[in-house]
Amino acid sequence: KKCLSNLIFFPSIFIYGHTSSGKTYVMQTLLNTLQLPHVFVNCVEYFTSRLLLEEILMQLQSCCSETEQTSHVHCDTFNDFVRLFKQAVVSEELEDQTLYIVLDRAEQLREMEANILPAFLRLQELTDRNVTVVLLSEIVWELFRPNTGCFEPFTLYFPDYSIGHLQKILSQNHPPEYSVDFYAAYINILLGVFYMVCRDLKELQHLAALNFSKYCEPVVRGEANERDTRKLWKNIEPHLKKAMHTVYLREISSSQWERLQRDDGEPGQLKGLSAHTHVELPYYSKFLLIAAYLASYNPVRTDKRFFLKHHGKIRKTNFMKKHEKTSNHLLGPKPFPLDRLLAILYSIVDNRVAPTANIFSQITSLVTLQLLSMVGHNDQLDGPRYKCTVSLDFIRAVAR
Amino acid sequence: SFLRRSHSEFQEKTTEWTCRMKSKEIPTAALVLGVNVTDHDLTFRSLSEVLQNNITPYIAFLEAKDCPGVKKLMQKLMGQLMNCYVDVDSSEDEDYVQVSHNRIRCSMTSLINWYESVTKKTDSETPSKKRTSSSRHWQSPPVVVVFKDMESFSTKVLQDFIVISSQHIHELPLVLIFGIATSPMIIHSLLPHSVSSLLCIELFQSLSCKDHLSTIIDKLLLRASFPFKLGEKVLQVLINIFLYHDFSVQNFVKGFQLCIVEHFCSQPVSVLCCQLVDAKKRETTQKLLEDLHVYHENYLSVLRCLHVFTSFLPKYPLGKQIRELHCACLENQVWETEEYESSLQLARMLNKSDLVTMLQQCVEIFVSSSGKEFDNTVEKLKEFLTQFQKLEAEAFQEQDVSVSSQKELQKKTDLYHLQKTLLELKESRRYKKLTKFEMLRFDVVDYIDSLVRNYLVPANHKTLHEIAYFNTASVLREHLNAAPRIALHTALNNPYRYLKNQELKSDEGSISNKAPDICIVYKLHLECGRLINLVDWLEAFSTVVMAAEGPNADAASSDQVDDIIHARFIRAVSELELLGFIKPSKQKTDHVARLTWGGC
Repeated sequence: KKCLSNLIFFPSIFIYGHTSSGKTYVMQTLLNTLQLPHVFVNCVEYFTSRLLLEEILMQLQSCCSETEQTSHVHCDTFNDFVRLFKQAVVSEELEDQTLYIVLDRAEQLREMEANILPAFLRLQELTDRNVTVVLLSEIVWELFRPNTGCFEPFTLYFPDYSIGHLQKILSQNHPPEYSVDFYAAYINILLGVFYMVCRDLKELQHLAALNFSKYCEPVVRGEANERDTRKLWKNIEPHLKKAMHTVYLREISSSQWERLQRDDGEPGQLKGLSAHTHVELPYYSKFLLIAAYLASYNPVRTDKRFFLKHHGKIRKTNFMKKHEKTSNHLLGPKPFPLDRLLAILYSIVDNRVAPTANIFSQITSLVTLQLLSMVGHNDQLDGPRYKCTVSLDFIRAVAR
Repeated sequence: SFLRRSHSEFQEKTTEWTCRMKSKEIPTAALVLGVNVTDHDLTFRSLSEVLQNNITPYIAFLEAKDCPGVKKLMQKLMGQLMNCYVDVDSSEDEDYVQVSHNRIRCSMTSLINWYESVTKKTDSETPSKKRTSSSRHWQSPPVVVVFKDMESFSTKVLQDFIVISSQHIHELPLVLIFGIATSPMIIHSLLPHSVSSLLCIELFQSLSCKDHLSTIIDKLLLRASFPFKLGEKVLQVLINIFLYHDFSVQNFVKGFQLCIVEHFCSQPVSVLCCQLVDAKKRETTQKLLEDLHVYHENYLSVLRCLHVFTSFLPKYPLGKQIRELHCACLENQVWETEEYESSLQLARMLNKSDLVTMLQQCVEIFVSSSGKEFDNTVEKLKEFLTQFQKLEAEAFQEQDVSVSSQKELQKKTDLYHLQKTLLELKESRRYKKLTKFEMLRFDVVDYIDSLVRNYLVPANHKTLHEIAYFNTASVLREHLNAAPRIALHTALNNPYRYLKNQELKSDEGSISNKAPDICIVYKLHLECGRLINLVDWLEAFSTVVMAAEGPNADAASSDQVDDIIHARFIRAVSELELLGFIKPSKQKTDHVARLTWGGC
């Protein structure tokens, strides 16, 4: 507490680091253990400045007082906030202690009004009280700095956990029935399989909790005791590999995974999310989509060649030779006007297509389904342009 | 049935939300509903009814167009949830004040406070007042949020909402439902891994649209109790619109309603189209109507039987779905078509287990039908079945015959003798007596054939079929297949069609000067090329219009007349531009470019 009280004069601290590097957890534990007066607010949740400021004031009211009552405080601007803040600090008798305001996910502050971020950084000066604002974020400070300049905070970097650290942290969460060594061996195996693809502590904790019961199965069934690492490894390893393909990628949900474990069934029966990519489309919609794809990815000059019966030869100019290297597929879809789409559609459909309103409304439905996207302003009535947003595999599946 | 299935799984999911405390995931159901977005509404409405009756009264529906940002989303959500509460308890709760949107802070904490207050209230009230609704709900019913059209939501809104809700999953038990039209991969493209790891997603798929269509046709058309029927061409038109353009069941039903309206408005005989009970009042036609009714009943049973029959055959010569078979039977005498022949041939090659199952299904159909003529049929089919069962007992006796022929082949012979024995075997096989099974199979197929010839007569061979059948497909096509450009062209080219003014009745080629201005201008522009000179156009227009005046137009008023004609011309040209037939061209001044070609 003594060393923290020396930090009284730091008006703002900026802590940044990758996801799950412990920033929120450390802050909360520190403040709770040392019982420092603090206000903890998540900026994603209070997405307007008014909500944010009111929430800070409300938490302040209930901060040190024992009563449950929190009356609704009106606070629209930062000016009001400063005034009310001063009053609140006086009424809560916090004048001799340092108050900490912790703003989690501070990158949202950039989306709010332009005065919020610089004002928070200078809060100590504006309110003339002992308050320190701590900003937690995943983005570096250089991207935060407003154009008009501000008070530079003290920046702290939380580095990622190394594999040794992860091992230690995860091993501490062991369930009470089993020994530490047993659990540590399990964590070792788990990290061996998953460390290459995932270093996120929260994910790994989740996976550890999900798969631990399967790991203990041989011990529970009496086939092995806690020290038979080889047997336990053989039991759990294929299971973990399967988990990597399904639960980790969120193909199937964790409740389904647990059910599978209990029933000891084959995961192959349960089709994951990515098995259902096929979309049933009506007949003309399929042709519309194919025509849109052709219009997006083929340059205009090749249209005559592909779609008319008697075409001439296309002479390659110098310009085209230079640009031939980049495949159109890599460049992404190009926008095309509506007339071109209809022309290609009429030429690829075998029988005669009557130009009814149904065809046109189908085009709009395809836009709603996000299979086509409209380029250009909505008001442009004379020439709507579209872009095809699906991939070649999808088109191939549709074309069958 | 989809709802039953999804509802039971959903209940399981909501019971487990307490288990999710361990990993703080929000249980989510991804409903893949199919491309026909117009039908989703109905599905969601029935889903909400089921949920309200059984699980929870707190359901909110969110549409993408109402939620451009998280703030609007929260506002809508809270508005809907609080209204839900008021509806359930409005009779008993007098001092609940309806709050306006502005005064409520639309944040998560107020939502949580509201939820706590609501659940505490129900807890305290249930001992004293017996409310039947709450006995079906649980202690802390989950709050269900349905995203009706997932694809249209912007990713930022969804991500923020999910992050916010997952922070408070302990206090507010939230369950999300995503209504997806294309495929579940959209979840992965909308949400990054960090956000989708906060959700526990399970997939539910609804029946395909074609199944829905089959159910509807089954219930509407293939029932004897419903007197109105569709002719073959009309049914084809409706099915084509369904299959070719949109998979929308709603549009099919609307088309069907249009048929009913057209039939009863235009067909005078349709007065007689009614249930059989009412028909008894009309003595002269009573017999014929009864005949028609009986015909329908028999037709339907035999149709189902034939469908069962042909659905076992490979390559489905008569169509996979019963509606295709129905269309074929309506069109002409089905026993004369080639597909029928080929299906009979294939049926003669069916194996025993298939035949037996098929016969059993036919027996069930006939037993459940209400016609009285089928008792004989049922007996005959049952007889066939018992004969098949008898055959099993005799099967092993026939094996000896084939064994002896094999033994002959295995003896050592030279080439000439071998050739002779093989030829003899071939001859004998041709005249071999058919086994009992094959004979029985032949009999069955013949019997089914006779049933078909008796009962599956197409409807237009029966008297008075026009009462029940609506067959003017051209009218239907006109109404349902809208062609706005054709309509415009007809209107402008031939204004008599719409205005019914006798003076306007003229042939196609000439331009009547009594027609409205825009028609004259339109017909003149049809004769031009790609770029139209406005001055020439104006000249032509004024010539046509002035021809009405007659030869005694004097020069004094020519200037004034010119101005009026000029104004009329300008107005007509801008109307044409609005309609999209011309557009101002940058290539030459005072010219417009023509945008449409062809007379349609």
